[in-house]
Amino acid sequence: MLRWILGGREAQGAVEKSPTLFIGEEQPKNPFTELQVLKGHFDIVRFLVQIDDSRFASAGDDGLVLVWNVETGERLMELRGHSQQITAMVAWSLINADTSHTSIITASSDRSLSLWDPDTGNRVQTISDLQSSVKCLLVLEHLDLWLSGGNELCVWNQDFKLLDIFLLFLFVAVIYKLAVSSKLEVSVQPFRQLTDHHDSIRVLINVNDGLFASGSHVGELIIWDAVNWTIQAYEHILWEEPHCDGQAEIRFVSQKQSDMSIHHLASNGEVVILAAVGSGLYVYNIHSRNVVAYRKMAHDSNVLHTMLLSDGQLMSCSEDGSVRMWEMEPLPLPAEPASPGFFGLWSFGRSSKQTCPPVKKVPEVPILKSLELTGDLIGHSGAIQMFLSFGEKGLVTCSTDHLVILWKDGERQSRLRSLAVFQKLEENQGLNSRMST
Amino acid sequence: MIGSPDVVALTKEDDFGEVYPDPSVLPEDFSVPLFAHAANANPWTKTSYAKFSKDFILISEFSEQVGPQPLLTIPEDPKVCGTFDLNYFSLRIMSVDYQASFVGHPPGSSYPKLNFVEDSKVVLGDSKEGAFAYVHHLTLYDLEARGFVRPFCMAYISADERKIMQQFQELSSKFSRASECLKSGNRKAFANELQKKLKDLEYTRSVVHKETELQKMNNGCYSTQAIEKANELANVEKSIYEHKDLLRQITSYPNRKRQDVECLQPESEAPAKATGSDVAFPFNHSDAEHNPADGDVSDPRPSYTPQLIKAKSAKCFDKRLKTLEELCELASFHQTMDQLKSIEKSFRGDLCYIYTSQIDQILLGKQKITNFLFESDWGNGEPAKHFEVAGLIPHLDLPQAPDGSGEPTSLETCTSFGDSVHIKLELESVDGPAESSPSDLTQETSEDAADIETKGSFSSDKSIETLGAVSPSNLHSHLDVMGRRGTSDECSGTENGIFFDRSTVSSANAPYEKSSAQPGAFSLLDNDSTVDVYHTETLVKVDTACCMGQEGFIFEEPEPVHQRCGETVVKQEPLSLLYGDLALQVDFAGGEAAHEHSPSAVLSFPNTLSEDVARMNVEESSDTTSYMSISTSSDRAPSPLGHGNPVTVKQKKKAGQSALKFIRQYPFAQQAIFCLLSGRTLVVLGVDEGTVRKLVNALSIFVPNLGRYAEQVQPWLCCPFQLTDLQRWKLIGLQRIASPTGSSMLYSLSRYSRYIGILDADNKTLRCPTYKGTLIGHIADHRTQIKRGSTYYHHVQNMLTQLTAKAFLYTFCHHLHLPLGLEDEDAVVQRRTTFLYHLGFSEEESKIVHYLSGLIKQRYVQGPCQRGIQPVFAFNYTTSCLYKI
Repeated sequence: MLRWILGGREAQGAVEKSPTLFIGEEQPKNPFTELQVLKGHFDIVRFLVQIDDSRFASAGDDGLVLVWNVETGERLMELRGHSQQITAMVAWSLINADTSHTSIITASSDRSLSLWDPDTGNRVQTISDLQSSVKCLLVLEHLDLWLSGGNELCVWNQDFKLLDIFLLFLFVAVIYKLAVSSKLEVSVQPFRQLTDHHDSIRVLINVNDGLFASGSHVGELIIWDAVNWTIQAYEHILWEEPHCDGQAEIRFVSQKQSDMSIHHLASNGEVVILAAVGSGLYVYNIHSRNVVAYRKMAHDSNVLHTMLLSDGQLMSCSEDGSVRMWEMEPLPLPAEPASPGFFGLWSFGRSSKQTCPPVKKVPEVPILKSLELTGDLIGHSGAIQMFLSFGEKGLVTCSTDHLVILWKDGERQSRLRSLAVFQKLEENQGLNSRMST
Repeated sequence: MIGSPDVVALTKEDDFGEVYPDPSVLPEDFSVPLFAHAANANPWTKTSYAKFSKDFILISEFSEQVGPQPLLTIPEDPKVCGTFDLNYFSLRIMSVDYQASFVGHPPGSSYPKLNFVEDSKVVLGDSKEGAFAYVHHLTLYDLEARGFVRPFCMAYISADERKIMQQFQELSSKFSRASECLKSGNRKAFANELQKKLKDLEYTRSVVHKETELQKMNNGCYSTQAIEKANELANVEKSIYEHKDLLRQITSYPNRKRQDVECLQPESEAPAKATGSDVAFPFNHSDAEHNPADGDVSDPRPSYTPQLIKAKSAKCFDKRLKTLEELCELASFHQTMDQLKSIEKSFRGDLCYIYTSQIDQILLGKQKITNFLFESDWGNGEPAKHFEVAGLIPHLDLPQAPDGSGEPTSLETCTSFGDSVHIKLELESVDGPAESSPSDLTQETSEDAADIETKGSFSSDKSIETLGAVSPSNLHSHLDVMGRRGTSDECSGTENGIFFDRSTVSSANAPYEKSSAQPGAFSLLDNDSTVDVYHTETLVKVDTACCMGQEGFIFEEPEPVHQRCGETVVKQEPLSLLYGDLALQVDFAGGEAAHEHSPSAVLSFPNTLSEDVARMNVEESSDTTSYMSISTSSDRAPSPLGHGNPVTVKQKKKAGQSALKFIRQYPFAQQAIFCLLSGRTLVVLGVDEGTVRKLVNALSIFVPNLGRYAEQVQPWLCCPFQLTDLQRWKLIGLQRIASPTGSSMLYSLSRYSRYIGILDADNKTLRCPTYKGTLIGHIADHRTQIKRGSTYYHHVQNMLTQLTAKAFLYTFCHHLHLPLGLEDEDAVVQRRTTFLYHLGFSEEESKIVHYLSGLIKQRYVQGPCQRGIQPVFAFNYTTSCLYKI
């Protein structure tokens, strides 16, 4: 691209040899033509949480929680209190009769938990001196309970009273199923162990009432039945020539583990699961139990966060500092040559010997759609940790470069500004008195 | 800058119009200079018989010892006056002195009385000398002078009579300010002197008293010596009494005047000197409280040792009189000199030039919304300038002056106007100033009458033609305009509220289109189509007020605008403000009519231009040489932008020279300029700092919303840039280095390549979105005949102003942004596209309008400072291509 600037031959070669796809500078389908850089953090920003239609909070390693207005980019609140990096953040909406109020719960490495009111900036509740720092938070809104997970699993009620605690033993490839047995006397007990993963489980998401999905470090994706705890589907992602072992699963040793680790799963609640595997993207259909589209090298580096939009549009962000937008197009063509490696897909229990060359295998697999890159957002100079979509109001990204960037539709913003102009014009009754303020 | 004065000034109808009736046929003798006096560098010098080369300010005194004598001139360069006889002229101007120097013992009073005389203002001319002058008489107090007063005058001397006459008001107002400053400093000094004198007298009295007692004791009460001493004592006591009375008078100088001075102070002084104002006017109430009416001489200078005063002080001619500097407190004196220097500077040059810049300022005042885009000298904390303009041309004042200073100022102006008694005008026709006539001085009405009496004496001197002061017809029309102000302002305020005046003036760019066809004849082109300055375009003339909110806005002129009048030369000088305003407020198409009325149309060009031309030439040549030395890899950076200093027009004109070079040198200059105008950050990449800085400097004149300190430009950057830098800077000079830092810099270049254009100064390449339109071709034509940087700068400003006007129109047209009725958004978009097409913009050029419009919107809604809210960075996704030489 810029080889005339880069000058050197080797740079030129590097650019050309890069297997990553490059969309170019013309992106008619990319609506984000305006951005606002939100400065305020002074360390990696890791978490973004939507508060309501127009507000979101960002938090990161500097222990700060900042509340922003997505429309204007104003910083509304600065929630200070944690002395160390924030490890988890969730929003908690309490709906009483007709009012709803959203609070933020944060967990930090200083082994404390805080409840914040984003309207006033007050720290409403604080629990400190926990036995271990909390790694994740989960709110069960229908029970008015929330859970924190670290070395132990704690259940809390809305008054920040500890209801039960259970020490977790972390076993590789073992999943604990924990249940709340009673509404009145809340207790946590190990309910069932699901031991089908072969490596540590990286992500676990709830697909819908009947299903949940988990992904492991070695690229296993398992769809579970939430009622009888059975495996609905089992996927394993392959890069190298597969070789078979006694079972149907395919193991591989030569590949770097992180390359096929499932970093993130996203679901639209119905049929489709989007998996971020290494630097690739995979779209899985639960009903047909097959991969409907994939991109092995969707990014230059690990994909950290993904999202399914409507109309078959996807979004992903990566350590390479870019957000990419994808569209599933109903083209039966393979999205990319499958030569260096390929993606194999087998339903659980399906026994087949993989002996023939993988290239021939591909046509048998009903890949219905291809993932086409429709646009990318370049702005951050570090890995993008997470993004948050506000629909037409824009997209928020946070990154290791300490910045939060607000991406907006330039057309829409321009229209809004025009409206503001004419509103002000009306207030001032013409142009003459305008600049008096 | 709206008009380009130095362009306009060089064309004149009656000089060349007859010689070249048909411009398309070049006469055989084209090369023969028409001007006979080839030795004179300035062919426009009509008043070559004047013995001085340019306008200057003369301060003279009527010395009681030697009579009228010149004291100093501003500028002090003796070359300015040339062979002009200052002594003779001082005699002339001081002879019309009038001042009621009547001080002493008025009948019925046994004590001398100080006279607080108003200054007087006279216009006079000496046709034999070719000199015309605005003369401002004033008196200063001096204890040693006869009657305690010393008459002085300050004169603005010009060879151009019309300049004096038509700028009378402004001259008068500015000189009044300078005079007030000088006089208040003088009062302070006078009071100090009086206090010293009083101490001397007190001391003398005690000595004489002792001696008297001694005489009485030695010689008895009735001895001659004793009586003599007693008389002496009585004399000293009387003297003390008189001096005390004088001190009381000077310290009780009318409050009104002092407040006037104080309120004038901040306007008349540069902001940097604001701290000095306290020093300059310490003679205020706190000092007045020391009023030693009870005989208690409070001692402001304790170090002063009283001296014995001889009974009969020798009043002879070898007494040395105080100089002007000594008469006045030092701070005030220097402040006055600075004021006079600035007066000299502001009236420097041709009358036409002054008019143009005044019109410029007024028009700028009307469009505060868009000034921030390309105007460097407007609205950035220059209240003084605005104050003056608003005050001196009250009928052009906006209906609601933002600083609220308009009203008092105009009153003040009228007052000074009315003060000059020589001008026979019917004051009663102006209802405003009647209340503030000189009779405001309640104390010495009798002296005032005496003043007027004595003032009549000037006409006795036959050798001096006092010009008809400000000619009655002029004044009359001026007053007419003032009377009409209410109505005309209303119509300009509401109906034409959005009317964009400057676009019309900017049609002056037309010559350049023609000029490429006829090399060498650029500014002298003269053809049949007479397009005056106020020619306007039909489309821009559309009254936006009526298209706002109305349905079915129809373009009556579907023809793209840039095809209009291609062969025009501004042949008419800019109209004087008095008439220019009429022309501006009446329909623009009626400029022709205003032209007929205007006496300015037959203005002669005085010789004052030559100096400016010379100055410009010097600038230019130095500029050129510096460019040459730069381009031969010198690392000296030319006139750096920014660095915390406000960007001046002068810098921009120099940048114009560089820009001209750039355009001639780089065939892809248009694309680079398009980049800047459409808001895409342009990175100038190079090894050599001087070259890069030079390019950045050249391109900076195209950066919209450059900022007062050129905040949008980073002339030299040595580290990789971030996204936020792109947001902050629109033009960046980047160092190309072969090192790890360099490679990361290149990485950021390629990473953000979608947001930037890259101009490689070393390889002479440009990578940016394509541009194929014609609009920027008008701005940056590499075959342009423009030779001078400042001319080119003005040309660019014209074009940019035109662009701004269209962006303004686009921004504030209601129907272009909001749906009418039940329309959907697509209809609005469609209408917008059509509108821009009719304005003559291609799809690419529409981006420029969009960008400018976006800036205007943002500025309008948020105001100039947007604290707390992060700026928005807009961009679009288009392919770039690589341009090479």
